[in-house]
Amino acid sequence: MNIIYLLIGCSILLALIFLAAFFWASKSGQNDDMFTPAVRILFDDEIADKEIEISDQDHT
Amino acid sequence: MLKEKVISSEKYCFHCGEHIITKVYVQDDRCFCCSGCKTIYEILTEHNLSNYYVYNKIPGKTQRKIASNFDYLEVKQVVNKLIDFEDKNRTIVTLYIPAIHCSSCIWLLEHLHLLQSGILQSRIDFLKKQVSITFKNELINLKQIAQLLSSIGYEPLISLQDVVKNSQTIQTDRSLITKIAVAGFCFGNVMLLSFPDYFGLDHFEHEFKDFFGWLNLAFSFPVVLYSGSDYFVSAWTNLKAKRLNLDFPLALGILVMFLRSAYEIISQTGAGFVDTLCGLVFFLLIGKWMQERTFHHISFERDYRSYFPVAVTVIGDEIDRPIQLGDLKAGDRILIRSHEIIPADAILLKGEAEIDFSFVTGESIPVKKILGEIIYAGGKQLSGSIEMEVIKPVSQSYLTQLWNNSAFIEEKKRIKTFTDTASKYFSVVLLCIAITAGAFWIAIDPSKALAAFTAVLIIACPCALALSSPFTLAAVLAVFDKNRFYLKNTAIVEELARINTYVFDKTGTITNPDAASLYFNGKVTDQQMQLISDLSRNSGHLLSRELTKFINKPAVFSVQEYTEKIGRGISGEVNGKYVKLGSSTFLNLPLTNSSTGSSIHVMIDDVYIGFFMIRQQWRSGFKDLMLSLSKRSDLHLLSGDRDHEKKQLIPFFEDSRKLHFEQSPQDKLNYIQQLQKKGKKVVMFGDGLNDSGALKQSDLGIAITDNINNFSPGCDAILDGISFHKIPQFIQQAKDGIKVIRISFVISLVYNTVGLYFAVQGLLSPLKAAILMPLSTITIILFTSITVRLFARKNKLL
Repeated sequence: MNIIYLLIGCSILLALIFLAAFFWASKSGQNDDMFTPAVRILFDDEIADKEIEISDQDHT
Repeated sequence: MLKEKVISSEKYCFHCGEHIITKVYVQDDRCFCCSGCKTIYEILTEHNLSNYYVYNKIPGKTQRKIASNFDYLEVKQVVNKLIDFEDKNRTIVTLYIPAIHCSSCIWLLEHLHLLQSGILQSRIDFLKKQVSITFKNELINLKQIAQLLSSIGYEPLISLQDVVKNSQTIQTDRSLITKIAVAGFCFGNVMLLSFPDYFGLDHFEHEFKDFFGWLNLAFSFPVVLYSGSDYFVSAWTNLKAKRLNLDFPLALGILVMFLRSAYEIISQTGAGFVDTLCGLVFFLLIGKWMQERTFHHISFERDYRSYFPVAVTVIGDEIDRPIQLGDLKAGDRILIRSHEIIPADAILLKGEAEIDFSFVTGESIPVKKILGEIIYAGGKQLSGSIEMEVIKPVSQSYLTQLWNNSAFIEEKKRIKTFTDTASKYFSVVLLCIAITAGAFWIAIDPSKALAAFTAVLIIACPCALALSSPFTLAAVLAVFDKNRFYLKNTAIVEELARINTYVFDKTGTITNPDAASLYFNGKVTDQQMQLISDLSRNSGHLLSRELTKFINKPAVFSVQEYTEKIGRGISGEVNGKYVKLGSSTFLNLPLTNSSTGSSIHVMIDDVYIGFFMIRQQWRSGFKDLMLSLSKRSDLHLLSGDRDHEKKQLIPFFEDSRKLHFEQSPQDKLNYIQQLQKKGKKVVMFGDGLNDSGALKQSDLGIAITDNINNFSPGCDAILDGISFHKIPQFIQQAKDGIKVIRISFVISLVYNTVGLYFAVQGLLSPLKAAILMPLSTITIILFTSITVRLFARKNKLL
C-alpha cells in the first residue's frame, strides 16, 4: 500500500498546477469580463458581403 | 396648389427602430428617422460592415443628439490623463461608451480597424460598457478616434471624473477571488484526506493516519495565514477600538481550531478539526464575495465633475483653443456652443442665451438670459453659440460650492446593523459559556477542561450567523436589481427598512422629463389642427416633434415655402393657408402672454389662433404612490422650481407647509438636516445636481433616472423611473429581508446550541463538527435564498 504516498503526492501536485493556472488566469484579467467573450465567439470570421436582406427575413 | 401625399404611419427607422413621424430619409429602400441614422448606415455599408444589421434587428440608437466637440482631445495634458499606455508607436486608451447595448455593438466596435487602418485593435467590455482601443500614433490621434466613434453612433462619454481613473476596486476583487480559490483548494484536499479517518482505518493502515494528519496540517497553514487573514485583522482593529463585531468570535474560532488541530496532530492524540476549519473559511469568504458582488457597473460616487465637460473653448486674441477646466481663470472669455454645459459662473457677452437649468436649480422651463446677466455654472445652452466671461473659477461657483459642505467630507454615519448589535451579545455569551465549561471541568476532571473550553469556541464559531446577513441581503439586492432598483451595497437594505420620512424633489423626480404633455389654449378646428400637424412634421426640433406626436394625425398636405428659424419658429404654406408656429417674437405678438419660453403660438393666415403650452406630467403611478405612502409616513417636497404647480400638489401632501419651492441646493441640504435633528429617518429622492447635497445628507439618497447610463448625482441607490411606483414594495421587501435575517439567526443559534450540548460535555468529535458546520451553513443559504424569493413574490417583485 506504499504506493498511496506516491499517488497522493501526484494528485496534490496536479491540483497545485491547476491552482497555479487559475492564479495566472485571474492575474492576467481573464475573469474580469465574463460576458463579452461568450458573445464574441459567435461572430463569423470573414466579413460577409451578403446582402442585408438577411436581417429582414431571417430574424422573425 | 393642392397635392396630397399620404405617408404610411407604420414606418420605423432601419437603424434605431424609432417610429418615424416627421420627415422620412430613404437610402437603399430603407427608411431612416434622421440624417444621423442614415449617415451611419452609409458609412457601414461602404466599409462592408453591414453585418451590424444582421446580428440584431435594430442595433442603433437614435442619432438626434447633437454631437459633442472633441477639440479638447488635442490638449496634451487632457490626453495624458485619459490614456492607459503610450510608447513611440502605439497608444492604448479605454473609453466609456454608454450606447453599447447589444451584440451588434460588440461586433462593430471590435471591427473598427476596417473603418480606420490606424486602429490596431479594439476590445469591448460589455458589462462595463468600455472599449479599449490600441492605435498607431502616426496614423490617428485620440480626437479622431472620438470623432470616428461619434460618427458611427457610439459617442464616448469623457468626463472630468474619467480623467482620474480608479482601478483599486479590481485589485481587491481579485485578491478575494484568490483567497477563495486557496481556501477551496485546501478544503477539497483536506476533506479527501479526512474521510479515511472518519470511516475508520484498519490496524495496518494506521501509519497512513499520521501521514494524512501532517498533510492536513500543511494545508491548514495557507488557509489560516492567507485566506483567513482578513478576519484576524478586522477583529484586532475592532478590539483596539473597543468594539466587538462578528469577526471576533470568527477569528477566535479559527485560531482555536487551528491551534487545537496542530496540537492533536503533532502529539498524535487525534485527527484535529482541519476540514471544519478549511470549510469554515471557505464558506465565510463565499459569503463575503456575495456581499461585495456587483451586478452592474454603475458609479454611485458621481459629482459635478462627471457632469461637467473636460475642457472648454477659450477665445484667445488670435485663435480659440480648448483648455482644461481646472485651468480656467476669472476673466477668461469662453465660447459655449449649442448643447454645451456652462462650466463656471460667467457673464453673457454675446449671443442669444436660452439656458436649461433643470439639472441645477430644478427649474423646468428653459430661461432666456440677456447680455450682461450672470449665468450660473451647470446650465445647458440650448440655441446657438454664446460668448461669456468667467467670473469665478469652476470650484468656487454657485453650484460646485455645495461640495465644500461638510456632508461631502465626512463619511456618512451608518446606523448599527442588526448583525452588529447581535454579535456583541453573542461574543460575550460565547466567552461566558466557554469559561464556565472550562471551570466546571477543572473542578470535576481537569484533563477534559481544555478540551471542553476549546470545543465550545470551535462549535459556536458563528459561521451560519455570519452568512445569514450577506446571503439574505444579496438575494434582496438581486430582486431589486431585476426591478431596476440598484443599491450601492447591501447595508443600504437595512437602511431602507427603517425609513419613515420621504422627501421628494419635483422636476425630473416626480415629473417625467420625457413625457411633457401639451395642451392648447384657444379655439381651434380639426382642420386647422391638420394644417399645424403637417407643418410641424417638417421640423426636427424637439417641440415640433412633441407637437406632431400630440396632434397625432396622418400627414395629408405637403408644405410649400417652408422656412425654419432655429430656436424661433417655422412657417409655410399648407393647403393654401399660410401657417406660422413659434415663439411670440417670431409671430410679432405683443409681449403680454410670453411669460414662459415653452409655448408654441399659432397663426394661420395672419390670424392669431392661440398657443400650445407644455405641462409636465407626473410619473406613472405617482398618485397611487403618494396615497399609499401618506397613510404611514411623512411626505415632503423640496423643489428648486417656482410654485406654479403648488395647487396640483397640495392634495398629495398632508399640508402645504411640507411643500417648499425655490429651494437652493444648500437649502435642501439644510432642510434634511433639520428633519434628521427631529429624529426622522429620511430618504431623499432626487435627480439633479441640485439635489446632491440633500442626497448626501439624507439617511438614504435615491437618485431617479430614466437611463442608468446617464449622469445621476452621487447617491446610495439608483432607481429607474419605470419602477418609481414600486417604492412601497421595495420598502416592504427590505423589511421582509430583515425579518429573514432574524429568523435565520434563530436557526443558526439552534444549531449552535446542539453543538454546545456536546461541547460542554467535552464530547465533541471532529466528525460531529465536520457534519454540523456545513449542515448549518447549507441550511442558512437555502433558507435565506428561498424565503427572500417567496417574500419577493408576495410583494409582487418577482
